[in-house]
Amino acid sequence: MKNTWTIFRRELNAYFVSPMAYVILVFFFALAAVFFYLFLASFLQNQQLIQMQAQQGGRFQPVNVNLMLIRGLLLNLSVISLFMIPMITMRSFSEDKHNGTMELLLTSPLTNWQIILGKYFAALTLYATMIGTTLLFMVMLFFYGDPELLPILSGYLGLLLFGAALVGIGMFISSLTENQLVSALVTFVVMLVLWLVGALGSFNSTNWSQQLLQYLSTIEHLDDFVKGVFDTRHVVYYLSAAFLGLFLTYQSVESTRWRG
Amino acid sequence: MIEVQNVSKSYGPVHAVRDISFSVQKGEILGFLGPNGAGKTTTMRILSCFMPATTGTARVAGFDVFENAMEVKKRIGYLPENPPLYMEQTVDDFLRFVAGIKGLSGPDVKSKIDRALELTTTVDVRHRIIGKLSKGFRQRIGLAQALIHEPEVLILDEPTVGLDPAQIIEVRELIKGLAGDHTIILSTHILPEVEQTCDRVVIINKGQVVAEDTTTGLTQKLQGASTVKLEVEGDPEAIKTTLRSVDGVVNVTHTAGAYMIESTAEKDIRSELARVIVTNKFKLFGLQSVGMNLEEIFLQLVKSETGAGRVEA
Repeated sequence: MKNTWTIFRRELNAYFVSPMAYVILVFFFALAAVFFYLFLASFLQNQQLIQMQAQQGGRFQPVNVNLMLIRGLLLNLSVISLFMIPMITMRSFSEDKHNGTMELLLTSPLTNWQIILGKYFAALTLYATMIGTTLLFMVMLFFYGDPELLPILSGYLGLLLFGAALVGIGMFISSLTENQLVSALVTFVVMLVLWLVGALGSFNSTNWSQQLLQYLSTIEHLDDFVKGVFDTRHVVYYLSAAFLGLFLTYQSVESTRWRG
Repeated sequence: MIEVQNVSKSYGPVHAVRDISFSVQKGEILGFLGPNGAGKTTTMRILSCFMPATTGTARVAGFDVFENAMEVKKRIGYLPENPPLYMEQTVDDFLRFVAGIKGLSGPDVKSKIDRALELTTTVDVRHRIIGKLSKGFRQRIGLAQALIHEPEVLILDEPTVGLDPAQIIEVRELIKGLAGDHTIILSTHILPEVEQTCDRVVIINKGQVVAEDTTTGLTQKLQGASTVKLEVEGDPEAIKTTLRSVDGVVNVTHTAGAYMIESTAEKDIRSELARVIVTNKFKLFGLQSVGMNLEEIFLQLVKSETGAGRVEA
């Protein structure tokens, strides 16, 4: 536990002493702000339209800010994350392999799991911080409007689990190469595939392969969360993906020892 | 303290080391000598638990490097060929991190860091960023990193590479000073380093041990079979016959006024040679023992060794 904490602290420091963390945070926040603005603008336009219809004698139906605004925004954040996570995980093992510090870690009295979990939680913390910056928009919505809290919480929980899965996968890819650029690009491609694969399938299909593709899609599992539906099936999906990533990383670190 | 028994390591079809055995006593400095690619780094990586051997066993401080890796790791300090440093950290932060992963904690840490910095004379740079330091300083921080938890065994892979001559002497003195409390294995392809620093030498070539002895013993052993250079005036054939009559002489060659006499005798044959020359009324101008230094021994051993294919360490 103490060793994991030591690794975790150094890893997190490494993100913040280099410009990397700030570039990631600023870039993500700027994109998120643009999307927030666009969603807000279209939401307000929508609301005006409905109010006008109500004044003309129609039935007034208040627009749901959770469904009409927050849901779309959070789904968008997950898409931006696809671009940012490879940048977060690319250095995790590649840098150590490149610098030779892997030799220091592997010849110190640490278990592989302590090294892996320390690095994993550091990357996940940076991801959570990144996602966390958008809470500012939620505060603004609470200030000026009346959104429901629970769907927001479940939405953010979903994003966190989504990140937990992808950071695990990204870290595994980082452990395969000492080239950070290769690590980032391959991670991005893998994430894109895991995201798009859902478009090929459908849960309603009777074809098992289509159902499988749908199940594999990372984004498909997020939708329920942002709608405020908490389904353990999705939690299981994300956690098992995260565990798979960590398990493969373990195998990869262990095999560096054998291959030298 | 360190026992290596029949250790082999192959990467696929390539044999990096084959059937290496040697041992190091407590407090000793062992020089691990060999040309580049001889298998020095591989052997040291096995001893430091970075990678397991393909076959054979190695024990450090009584613990098997494979079965009890965690216990071994607690007791070793390892300086790899490229010092493992985090370039973005300050020296102090880096050493604090290393102290942490080596299992040190509490008020101990600060004094241990101070000690490591003092030993490696890097106190002045403790607040600087490692990436901005010169190669010599980085090498010394690498050494500080290996020393920090006062390990019983130090494994140093080419510790003086990249240092200037003054620093090389400093580091050698430092290593010598550490022996006694620490058992040290250091690898090098620089011969004077071994002659000056080490108690014992293991010479390794193409993945195999070709010689193992004390530094002085190795020199003596090969000097016994050494050569005497003789400058004599007179009939070459008569001189050769006379020289051959001396007990212990194996071969006499005549080149440009000088005679090279190779002998196997344990004792010094020079006085006997002088005696026979003078009694046979030849004119003696010079007599000199052409002793071999480690460099020549090394080259001889390495050259005479054939067979095993060349491998990368």
